[in-house]
Amino acid sequence: MTHERTGSEGLSLEESAGYDRRTLDYIQRAAATGLYEIRGLGAKRKVASFDDLVFLGASLSRYPLEGYREKCSTKTVLGTRHARKPVELATPITIAGMSFGALSARVKESLGRAATALGTSTTTGDGGMTVEERSSSKTLVYQCLPSRYGFNPDDVRKADAIEIVIGQGAKPGGGGMLLGQKVNPRVARMRTLPPGVDQRSASRHPDWTGPDDLVIKINELREITDWEKPIYVKVGATRVNHDVKLAIHAGADVIVVDGMQGGTAATQTVFIEHVGIPTLAALRQAVQAIDDLEMRGKVQLIISGGIRSGADVAKALAMGADAVAIGQGVLMALGCNSGSYVADGRHVSAIEDYRRLGTAPGFCHHCHTGKCPVGVTTQDPQLEQRLDPAVGAKRLTNYLKTLNMELTTIARACGKQDVHHLEREDLVALTVEAAAMANIPLAGTNWVPGS
Amino acid sequence: MEGVKQFDLAVTPLREVNRYLHHDVAASGVERVKILNADGAHSIAVGLNVPLDIEVDGHCGYYLGGMNQLARITVQGNAGPGVGENMMSGSIRVKGFASTAAGASAHGGLLAIQGDAALRCGISLKGGDIVVGGSVGSFSAFMAQAGRIVVCGDAGDGLGDSLYEAVIYVRGSVRSLGTDARFEPMQASDYEAVRELLDAAGFEHDPRDFKRVASAKSLYHWNVDANQEY
Repeated sequence: MTHERTGSEGLSLEESAGYDRRTLDYIQRAAATGLYEIRGLGAKRKVASFDDLVFLGASLSRYPLEGYREKCSTKTVLGTRHARKPVELATPITIAGMSFGALSARVKESLGRAATALGTSTTTGDGGMTVEERSSSKTLVYQCLPSRYGFNPDDVRKADAIEIVIGQGAKPGGGGMLLGQKVNPRVARMRTLPPGVDQRSASRHPDWTGPDDLVIKINELREITDWEKPIYVKVGATRVNHDVKLAIHAGADVIVVDGMQGGTAATQTVFIEHVGIPTLAALRQAVQAIDDLEMRGKVQLIISGGIRSGADVAKALAMGADAVAIGQGVLMALGCNSGSYVADGRHVSAIEDYRRLGTAPGFCHHCHTGKCPVGVTTQDPQLEQRLDPAVGAKRLTNYLKTLNMELTTIARACGKQDVHHLEREDLVALTVEAAAMANIPLAGTNWVPGS
Repeated sequence: MEGVKQFDLAVTPLREVNRYLHHDVAASGVERVKILNADGAHSIAVGLNVPLDIEVDGHCGYYLGGMNQLARITVQGNAGPGVGENMMSGSIRVKGFASTAAGASAHGGLLAIQGDAALRCGISLKGGDIVVGGSVGSFSAFMAQAGRIVVCGDAGDGLGDSLYEAVIYVRGSVRSLGTDARFEPMQASDYEAVRELLDAAGFEHDPRDFKRVASAKSLYHWNVDANQEY
């Protein structure tokens, strides 16, 4: 028997706030399976975010730039502290680390092509460097992860920068995870694993422990690369103040901070939703940590975790980030959660495939299954054909271009000739929570909670 | 002496030595490099990619021979943490003892340690061979994916925890096995492997004295009924 809610039932069909339908579903699922849920993408809960900030455009007290005529630079340089060859990008919008394994080789190729077209960088992931992404990416950041899957000196030498991954916003303190259905023979070979194994990678690096060791590890990588390549250190956002300071002490050129809205290809839901802090709060703490050590302008900061739009990028830069990294937005530009995919220039419905996964476009987080209806997060030889690298590259180029235009639109409106000139004083907060986390005054007041 | 080049780390900065080994040595006709006064320096002879004999005089700090390809490195003293980490090929011989994480994530090559190796020897091993003349500390071969480890002495606690396809041979006692590791009977191919590795490392033991430890593979797939509280 089903109950249709008509709104006139009164207390007879009152839903419990503590035991709502989502919670009931969770309890009953746990009771049925005895195992936690694993899923993809990032935190779904609502947290204070860049949406809760707005810009104070120029007016009488400030002088704006002409939107289409006056120059506004987006050039971004990363790794100026120790590296002989810093990374020079045409935009502060970079592509976040995502593994071959989580994504298909065709997707990695799309990312490389779009990044190259926009003059930005792309990043490997927990599965080594593929030929497709190296050859398609002008600037490629090579991750050194706890698992060290596929990590090798030839690829270290081919990389433009090295990113030591300590953690990830979706799961700070957790290692990678790739379920067996995505560990096809090529993925398995690159990771030195038996095909089809449910892979759980380590959460700690095998050859160093703690910040004092990290100093030595970073120096080893510098020695291997003759001090040529920038070394990034990526942390999942938790104790950001301490972690950023320790990473700077360890010698990092660039710090990457990934907030809790950051995505994953497969992680326990409890981890995604309950560990880590929002990107907004993490960014404020990271900038403060860099300022405390008087390293602004020497060490660069990349923020990631739920950056979706040009407005998000502009707000991140205004708060003190040097660049952003985007993962989920990039996948969505390729078609993630779209109702259709493009084949032979036509849109083909994928609704039935979503239905088979028990979901629908707009709600899908089934990256972990490898059965991505639009061919993005899959290793299935049929499904991966649904993403044509040329189409993917075009869509992603459009997306990144849009973000870059939005970013310069806001910067010009705030009177800046360079997007890196955006500053905290250009922002106000719309909610008390955002004001407190970002340390930015509530709109219409001079009030910053806690100060 | 022709074909031999000598560096004294008390005089020449390590960065210069490593840069020479990365670039200049290949076309120089030098076949042997001697490094004096290691004095605990970290990252000696890392990232090499040339078939060369290197002798290091003294004790080394972290990551001696890290990511080595092709080079044959011998250390006359002890080696610090992560000796031969992520080695791809070639060989590293340590005449003394090795600290933690010896041969971590090595993909290939041979790491031969005459003395004991500390905790986490062969962690995340990915295809390399490690032969330890003495004993290994606890948690050795954690998550080792491929490759072989021969321990002529004893092993500490948690040997081979979460092993994948790597195989461990131990001559002495094993204080405890890690989750999913188990003893398996030695086959003819195992005796052969142990013989080959002992010969390569220059140790004399009877392969029949060794036990085989490998993965029970119970962690290879999610299992609803598995005890996850390991």
